Amino acid sequence: MTTPVAHRPLTAGRRLHIGDTAFRISLFAAGAVVIVVLLSILTIMFVGGKQAFDTFGLGFISGTEWNPVTQIYGALPAITGTLLTAVLALLIAWPIGFGIAFFLTETCPERLRGPLGVAVELLAAVPSIVYGMWGFFVLAPFMAEYVQPWLTATFLWIPPIPDTFYWFTAPPIGVGLITASLVLAIMILPFIAATTRDVLQSTPQLLKDGAYAMGATRWEALTGVVIPAVRGSLFGAVFLGLGRALGETMAVVFVIGNAIRMPDSLMAPSATIASVVANSFPEAEPGTLDLAVLLALGFILFVVSFGVLAIARVLLRQERMS
Amino acid sequence: MKQLSPAARARYFRRQLVDRVMSGLCMLAAVIGLILLGLILWMLFSNGIGGLSLSVFTNSMAQPGAGGGLANAIVGSLIQVGLGAMIGAPLGMMVGIYLSEVGKESRFASVVRFVNDILLSAPSVLIGLFVYQIAVAPMGGFSGLAGALSLALIAMPIVARTTEDILRLVPQAYRDGAVALGSRENEVVRKVVVPAAFSGILTGVMLAVARIAGETAPLLFTSLGNTNWSTDLTQPMASLPIAIYRYAGSPYGEWVSLAWTGAMLITVGVLVLNILSRFSHAAVAGRMKG
Repeated sequence: MTTPVAHRPLTAGRRLHIGDTAFRISLFAAGAVVIVVLLSILTIMFVGGKQAFDTFGLGFISGTEWNPVTQIYGALPAITGTLLTAVLALLIAWPIGFGIAFFLTETCPERLRGPLGVAVELLAAVPSIVYGMWGFFVLAPFMAEYVQPWLTATFLWIPPIPDTFYWFTAPPIGVGLITASLVLAIMILPFIAATTRDVLQSTPQLLKDGAYAMGATRWEALTGVVIPAVRGSLFGAVFLGLGRALGETMAVVFVIGNAIRMPDSLMAPSATIASVVANSFPEAEPGTLDLAVLLALGFILFVVSFGVLAIARVLLRQERMS
Repeated sequence: MKQLSPAARARYFRRQLVDRVMSGLCMLAAVIGLILLGLILWMLFSNGIGGLSLSVFTNSMAQPGAGGGLANAIVGSLIQVGLGAMIGAPLGMMVGIYLSEVGKESRFASVVRFVNDILLSAPSVLIGLFVYQIAVAPMGGFSGLAGALSLALIAMPIVARTTEDILRLVPQAYRDGAVALGSRENEVVRKVVVPAAFSGILTGVMLAVARIAGETAPLLFTSLGNTNWSTDLTQPMASLPIAIYRYAGSPYGEWVSLAWTGAMLITVGVLVLNILSRFSHAAVAGRMKG
């Protein structure tokens, strides 16, 4: 009788040892937990919000009225506020973030590169409530005092959409869409800078050297070689930032003004899905339509962020493979 | 440059000019961005340091004028973050080990990796709402335990990601060597791969702790906050972020000042954890390569 212990091959067709089987099953189960969590969030939100979808149908998404007293709930104001603030924040933060990333990878003096890079990453870790507080106590009064009157005076020439949207013509109360967008922009700035820098750094040095050998300037190397090579990942970083801005609560809730109605200007107090959920939750008793509406809003936000983040991951992964 | 025609020379200078201008703009962006962010931190510290005193750490929250502190909020945060990390971190580690050592590029592992990346950036307010529905509503009340659970759900994907990343740095030769000595799969992982990268895995846990320590939104729906001293996990529990949130929006100067102090404490804690993890990660990664 031979004992098959010593020469057992590790893989391929052999019976797994009991310890290995248990080991594999437990790890596999942990992996499954991740998927179960995601599916449960989706299911719980949908089931909890079903009463809202049943009551209002598709009108829940297109409805513009939000009135807890008459129990009429339309999500469009919150959806509009969410998309507007997130997109505006991205428009403000991306050029600056990209500038920081380009500076850090190309033109920054070697000695400063490390410390500045670390500083940017550390700033990305500052809790969002800090940005919210700063927005509330510092930025909002500053906006009301100086920036908003100036915006109104400067952009008066933009023709309004009569009775619906007056751009920058509104009372300067400090809080509102544009202030929330600014706070969000500042919050996601270090995050965008850090991810964009990682993307730019992932460009093979050989490509850049080739461009320089042809006599390209740094800017030409960037626009002609680096950006085309990493375009997908660059968009991926943008979508990651967007995903962050869409779901952010604490940076927004202080400065958005919390008015759940269709904004009639970029300075109007407004609301985002996250801010509505956080603000209306204390009044929403379990089992009522009030809570179902919040869960339905949560479901919409989750689906939107899922889509944005999925696009981001696909774009970022594409080039990691190649 | 004597040989260049005037047209070529003009083009050359134009290209140089574009390069200089764009590089200058990027530098300007960096200066503006970093000054702005530095300004926020400076605001935080100049407003927070004034309210810093021993009573912040020894007294619980109280009515304005009663000399209240943040002791109950600090302890509540420590309990919830600690418990959240104790639940979330081991689970995350197992996910990371699965992705790096067992699942690798298999179909299921790819899905897990993808979903984990999504959870990593999912809005934390929704994690709170989710835990409210599955834990708070059925158990009939807000509790520190539910708060810890929501923080665990946020910590798990972070630890999973960092664990996978660090395990991938472990040289294949370690695994081959262990196999050559007759180790089984689970022994290779438990006794060779994971110990080799353990300080790196702890780095990931530190990062996760730093992240959940500042989370506010999920706690609004789970542990709710509590103005009194309470370490009972089945009751609503105070936490630093919630205390900041409530105090910052209050009309009392004393409370607002405490909010700044609390925000400063959290930020210092988060930054210290991040810096520590950076050193430790650099050391581990260096050891793997060298």
